[in-house]
Amino acid sequence: MTNRPALIFEDVSRSFGADDTAVKALHNISFSAQPGKICGLIGPDGAGKTTTMRIAAGLLLPDSGRLQVLGIDVVESPLQTQAAVGYMPQRFGLYEDLSVQENLDLYADLQGVGLQQRRARYEELMHMTNLAPFTRRLAGQLSGGMKQKLGLACSLVRTPRFLLLDEPTAGVDPVSRRELWAIIYRLVKQQGISVLLSTAYLDEAERCDDIVLMHEGHILEQGSPRHFSADMRGRTFHVNTPSLRKRILLRRLSTVPGILDAVVDNENVRVITRDTTAPQFAAAFNDITDLHVNAAEPIFEDAFVARLKHWQPGNQSALELRAKTKAANEAVIEVNSVQKRFGDFFAVKDISFSVMRGEVFGLLGANGAGKSTTFRMLCGLLPATSGELTVAGRDLRRAAADARSRLGYMAQRFSLYADLTVSQNLNFFASAYGLNRRQRKQRIDWALETFDLAEHANTGSGNLPLGYKQRMALAAALLHDPDILFLDEPTSGVDPLARREFWQRINALAESGITVLVTTHFMAEADYCDRLVIMAEGEALAQGTPAELKARFRSAETPDPGMEDAFINLIEGRKQERAGI
Amino acid sequence: MTPAAATRMRLRAMIRKESLQVLRDPSSIAIAFVLPVLLLLLFGYGVSLDAKHVRIALVVDLADANTASLSGAFQHSEYFLPVSYQNIQQAEHSLQAHEVDGIVWLRNDFSARLLLGDEAPIGVFVNGVNANQARITQGYIEGVWHTWLASYAREHGHEFKLPVVLQPRIWFNPAVDSRNFLVPGLIAIIMTLTGAMLTSMVVAREWERGTMEALMVTPIRIWEITVGKLVPYFVLGMGGMLFTVAMALFLFKVPLRGSFLVLTGASALYMMVALGMGLLISTIARSQFVAGQIALVATFLPAFILSGFLFQISSMPEVVQLITHIVPARYFVAILQTVFLAGDIWPVLLGNSLALLIMMLVFLGIARRNAHKRLD
Amino acid sequence: MQQSIQRIMALAIKELLAVLKDKRSRIVLVGPPILQLLVFGYAATFDLNDVAIAVYNEDRSAASRELVAHVVNSPNFTLHGYLENEHQITPLIDNRDVLVVMHIGPRFSADLLNGRSANVQLLIDGRNSNTALLVQGYISNIVSDFNLDWARRHDLPPPPATVTVRPWFNANLVSRWFIVPGLVGVLSMVITTIVTALSVAREREAGTFDQLLVTPLRPIEILIGKSFPGVLIGVLEGSFILAMAILWFEIPLRGSLGALYLGMFFFVLSGVGVGLMISSLALTQQQGMLGAFLFMVPAIILSGFATPIENMPYAVQLLTYADPLRYFLIILRGVFLEGDSYALVSQYYWPMALIALVTLSFAAWLFRHRMN
Repeated sequence: MTNRPALIFEDVSRSFGADDTAVKALHNISFSAQPGKICGLIGPDGAGKTTTMRIAAGLLLPDSGRLQVLGIDVVESPLQTQAAVGYMPQRFGLYEDLSVQENLDLYADLQGVGLQQRRARYEELMHMTNLAPFTRRLAGQLSGGMKQKLGLACSLVRTPRFLLLDEPTAGVDPVSRRELWAIIYRLVKQQGISVLLSTAYLDEAERCDDIVLMHEGHILEQGSPRHFSADMRGRTFHVNTPSLRKRILLRRLSTVPGILDAVVDNENVRVITRDTTAPQFAAAFNDITDLHVNAAEPIFEDAFVARLKHWQPGNQSALELRAKTKAANEAVIEVNSVQKRFGDFFAVKDISFSVMRGEVFGLLGANGAGKSTTFRMLCGLLPATSGELTVAGRDLRRAAADARSRLGYMAQRFSLYADLTVSQNLNFFASAYGLNRRQRKQRIDWALETFDLAEHANTGSGNLPLGYKQRMALAAALLHDPDILFLDEPTSGVDPLARREFWQRINALAESGITVLVTTHFMAEADYCDRLVIMAEGEALAQGTPAELKARFRSAETPDPGMEDAFINLIEGRKQERAGI
Repeated sequence: MTPAAATRMRLRAMIRKESLQVLRDPSSIAIAFVLPVLLLLLFGYGVSLDAKHVRIALVVDLADANTASLSGAFQHSEYFLPVSYQNIQQAEHSLQAHEVDGIVWLRNDFSARLLLGDEAPIGVFVNGVNANQARITQGYIEGVWHTWLASYAREHGHEFKLPVVLQPRIWFNPAVDSRNFLVPGLIAIIMTLTGAMLTSMVVAREWERGTMEALMVTPIRIWEITVGKLVPYFVLGMGGMLFTVAMALFLFKVPLRGSFLVLTGASALYMMVALGMGLLISTIARSQFVAGQIALVATFLPAFILSGFLFQISSMPEVVQLITHIVPARYFVAILQTVFLAGDIWPVLLGNSLALLIMMLVFLGIARRNAHKRLD
Repeated sequence: MQQSIQRIMALAIKELLAVLKDKRSRIVLVGPPILQLLVFGYAATFDLNDVAIAVYNEDRSAASRELVAHVVNSPNFTLHGYLENEHQITPLIDNRDVLVVMHIGPRFSADLLNGRSANVQLLIDGRNSNTALLVQGYISNIVSDFNLDWARRHDLPPPPATVTVRPWFNANLVSRWFIVPGLVGVLSMVITTIVTALSVAREREAGTFDQLLVTPLRPIEILIGKSFPGVLIGVLEGSFILAMAILWFEIPLRGSLGALYLGMFFFVLSGVGVGLMISSLALTQQQGMLGAFLFMVPAIILSGFATPIENMPYAVQLLTYADPLRYFLIILRGVFLEGDSYALVSQYYWPMALIALVTLSFAAWLFRHRMN
């Protein structure tokens, strides 16, 4: 095997849109991917990952610059490139009305795989992906993880020399994610394929051989995962104390000088410092005697956050809220053996939980686990097939309008009116919640200031970056000062910095006594919740505080299990249980 | 594998894939079969330009044998539903209230002037709001008058002759049944709609579902994708066409005077034009929503108004007449009305087919030029 | 109550902004109506001009030439040419070179002068039977005039009875007077239905409808707020086309404008009702579009816009009673051409109001009950 790079980008630029409103997606990027290795393109949404992938596959022409794939000039001979590479787009183009076998046949025909070679190849792929029992099933009826595996199989029908994978693990549950990675490793190891893979999951960076870190169309840095974490050595700490709640500890830590970033990590707060001089913890926490500070092993995410904060310094305006009257141990939300059936499919099977006032309560699970259905039933948007749901003592589906005025709601994808400007949106929701003219002005001014939206007040909200949309949606949900806040996947697609900022705000809200119900598929975010339910396939697998849940799976191999370990254990435990029956 | 064999394999795979999708997706079947049936039934039964059973008010000021025979002539005509009124005021009121569409008024001096041979006036008022209907009604009334005049002259031994008598012969449709020309024209409109909608929407669907991206990175060529899509939808569209023709022949009893072969041939050509328009739309529109809307506005409306299906092209203003030349349905409507009602008249068929052929090449050519194997 | 009005106002303003700020819907509001008005106004006419005619005159007398001159000099006909023999007739008609051939036999003048009826053969292409009938009508009018004139000049006894036809309301029988007022109804229906048919579906797709439902807005408030832009835009658009009809196409407006506007209000309201009902049934904008199309095409065809309802089979006629456009067209034409006022058209208001009531109530009910 030669040592010629599998992929070379030289000064590649690309913009979209008409001349006057053109948006530059890639700014003169240059990088190369080594043969027989996994190269990871890492960056938040809007970094230019997908554009890079598409240019590499010959699907988009660069505005300027040169690129080669396996020594082929992609711009000159796209067909030759496409014959040599395998490409799996973000939403892989599976024909949902064709069966698994028919999808495979189609791509085998299109790739010109001979009939003789086919049988062995299919067998290998089906074995690799565990899809063999489902060959006759329509692709549309596969689970999210199975679809991704089938997509991968389809792009592998004729062993490519170079594989482009665009966010292959997005929205897939942790178990399927592990399986997908196992397949990719095997391909690289056994067949010497080179892989370019993009992901928004920072923990996956660790699994790549080489990382290209992208942000807003620029390449910030390229190197091995170790290279990234190496210069974080001496700047990462775990802090915990039994005398403060994590949430409060986090808030206090983020104000300590010298600390760049603080984030809840498992049972600790993880701290990144500005440089290797250790911050004065003792001085800042002189009221606490049992503060434990330990050096932590740096990971890629630390490096990522440190670089991004350097790139775009975050804003930390505090969220000021009126404290709510607290009546401890009063259940605000109660869910009692609720089921939801669509046709003969149970989206939610017999789920029960209750949420106390002032709690942050999480619904955790992969896409399609039934989180959103449960959530929509609670908000009164869907009727339950059976069981009881009450919010503040009432069923929202039948509740009068004023009951709804006590809760805030933030929908998935931050759904506000894209054609309207930020202030028009806020004005509408303020009026819809019945604020009078004076209150409206006061609250909107408050929201624009608190959420740093003032300079975008007259921007069409559809044109805002995702992080701002999320802030605006949260602002709109808080205008009427609700007692209960419903958040549906509030952080999906948002970059890690915005996520941190967001959770800080949620923490402050919870501190002021607002009850928060949140759904998420990010396992790590579960640690921000006071209590949570883990869901899979419509069922509640377990519930409790994060510490309780993780403690159940502490073992010799994993002395300090994370939420992801707990999740995977729960899923596999259930599989075994089923096999046992 | 030789390149030719690989191409064959890819083409076969595309056609098989599209066919399977058609079979499994009820919406394309609905566009190809259900939509045509609905439209044909709706238009076939809902649209008729013939005036039958026109409600007229008969006002006879002074009844006698002569007025009775004239009233009888109206009563016996299949075109009229006469209602007798006592006086003209009542009748006029009825006309205003839309209870009748016309008034036939025999004044009290009618019989007297008739006997004198003094051009006894038969007063006729019609509601002129719907000018077309009014003209047709007027023609029918004059027809009744002519017939009555002839029989009156015969009975009274008058030697009355009209100087010039017209002997109209309406070719191809002697019964003057408007359904006979509306239904063939409808076939053109329905094929336009299904053809353009089918292709533009299935291509847009591939973009929407992200499957186009996956297709494009395979070694398939753009023309192979095009052909792979055209073939199944051509077959489907022609199936819909045969179905509507069968309905025209057996349900609406429209005569087919030309040969079935010519009809099929011309329809196949037009189907290609419609699919070509659909492909052209699909190179512009990447969502099913936009594609469907453009298909509706750019193909359906012109086919309806500017094709000569309902409105005589030669009577339109010059500018509009020029525009009709780029409406493909114009040529196909001419072919259809000729093949159904007149027969295989080659000068009409060849000229219009040539125009269709040129339009097909233009549409497919532009579509081919606009289609890149790229996402931008 | 005051809060309720405030919420409705907020929603109405938001809806209006959403329609007007979207470039695509702005284009939909302005472009197609004007284009359709012009195309329909000019192209959709049953009146015939410049009909190609060929004359085969075997009788070369002054009388026959006079008759021919009457026909070919009429603005309705254009002379394609004179024929030399009978064999030329068939191909001319077959090939659509002419629509009608007038054949005057060799004994024409002899018959005419001898007091016998002289026959003139008319051979008409019946492929479009409506045109054929009209051609026949035009020529027979010309021949009638010729006959009267001839009789007078030659002291022949006049026919014992003559028909004098007086068309009311549209003395010259201009098709445009019939079509253009109808367009006011058709185009304002298209606009209101499209504006409203997508309004809920668009929010469902964007996820904002959920957001709306969790606010204290009641379904009835959402309904009123969402109806507002549809009614406003429908009435404005209708007024614009109305103005075009009067000023550009010069259609006489003889009746009471107030009666027309009252009708327009009820009509637009019923269009909004149907649109919102479709919209709350549809889960995607595409379904909304399809639903609007499936409603509009039959509604236009069965309204009597182009062809009279009386000609339809009885069962189909029953169906037309559910079509709001049917009533509005009667009002429009009544007010425009027949000079109607409130009294004559009042009976057509309540069916539209009823349709609006039924569809709007159903839509409001669907807001909450159509989920998943």
